[in-house]
Amino acid sequence: MSIRERLDRYLAGDFEGMAEFLDTQESPDTPREKVKNERKLLTEKLAESRQGQAVISAEKTVFTRLYRVVSVTCCIVLTLVMLYCIAHLPRYGYDNPRADEVVRRYVEDGLAETGAVNIVAGMILDYRAFDTLGESHVLFTALLCVTILLRIDTKNMRREFEDYYTVRRDHYYDTGRDAILRTIGLVVVPCIFVYGIYILLNGQVSPGGGFSGGAVMGAGLIIWSQARGFSHVDRLLTARRLNILTFAALAFYSLSKCYVFFMGANGFPNHIPKGIPGAILSGGLILPLDIAVGLVVTCTMYGFYSLFRRGAVGNA
Amino acid sequence: MNFITILRILLLLLLVTCAVSVNLTKKLLPSVVIFLAYSTIMALLWILMEAPDLAITEAAVGAGVSGILFFVTLRKVREEDEKDRSGPDNGKGNTP
Repeated sequence: MSIRERLDRYLAGDFEGMAEFLDTQESPDTPREKVKNERKLLTEKLAESRQGQAVISAEKTVFTRLYRVVSVTCCIVLTLVMLYCIAHLPRYGYDNPRADEVVRRYVEDGLAETGAVNIVAGMILDYRAFDTLGESHVLFTALLCVTILLRIDTKNMRREFEDYYTVRRDHYYDTGRDAILRTIGLVVVPCIFVYGIYILLNGQVSPGGGFSGGAVMGAGLIIWSQARGFSHVDRLLTARRLNILTFAALAFYSLSKCYVFFMGANGFPNHIPKGIPGAILSGGLILPLDIAVGLVVTCTMYGFYSLFRRGAVGNA
Repeated sequence: MNFITILRILLLLLLVTCAVSVNLTKKLLPSVVIFLAYSTIMALLWILMEAPDLAITEAAVGAGVSGILFFVTLRKVREEDEKDRSGPDNGKGNTP
């Protein structure tokens, strides 16, 4: 079928035929120049035809104008709201009765109220746990966005050159054949994991916590996937398991915090034991929350790397 | 002026130098390496500011994971450039 016939069918609304056409034209064996030329021809013909011009001009007039007006309005409104809020804030360092109060409360009563020797952990996972929940959700959203943009599977395969190559070269990225990398990885990766787990579990006792421990463990996973090849990590962490793990961690975090907020707001006693300050099992909910945050961060770090590298996580 | 103060001033100067030279460097790879140096200096500064947890995070995320992501992206960009220059049939793109 010639290009002209295909184009007619496309303008008549037959998009499937067009997809087929692009598919056949853009196989890796076709010279790139040829594809480029035919594509150029196709877009030119589309612009020439009356229907194509109608589509382009309609987009220009209605949507673009609306988009500009709405975006500028949104920006102005947001700026005004923020300026209004800032105008109502007390001056920095002056006239602010709460400035000292909060700090003093955290430093003096932090240990008694949260059970965490590390006051920073007590702050971010107890007093300000809502902020940390938001941060975890930001990470999760970022992972989702990267997945949407970079993931390659049968449903989401763009008809471009790079995707053919990326899909074909999946095995190419398995660098497990390199002897030096493999041996060093075998020595280094367990140490990294032990260190990451140490940071994670000792968050309420010593500096560290969910985010730093999770980042270290994510880096360890990345090095492992480099040393032994993606297929090794794929056995442990498929895309499905990654999503389930992240979701479970976030859900656990939200539900446990909901419980604490509900009990606290209604004046009920808190049933979660605080433990002995300084021991690993102390700080009430801080340790489980640290583990949840750490899991989210680990999954996000490895997910980023895997999606950037080969456009997929595991082969679920 | 004791040793720590001098070290702090030196590190801050290096930090500013790195931050400026990331933008001024024309090649991408040196720019990324300078950015990683910036993260490492920042991690040292967090330790000096007595925030070890932030130092661990900065070292792991700033100097580790984001560096790897930058390198992977650079490699992809280079592959695209090479493909554009020499066409798809240069043998590099095929599965070994």
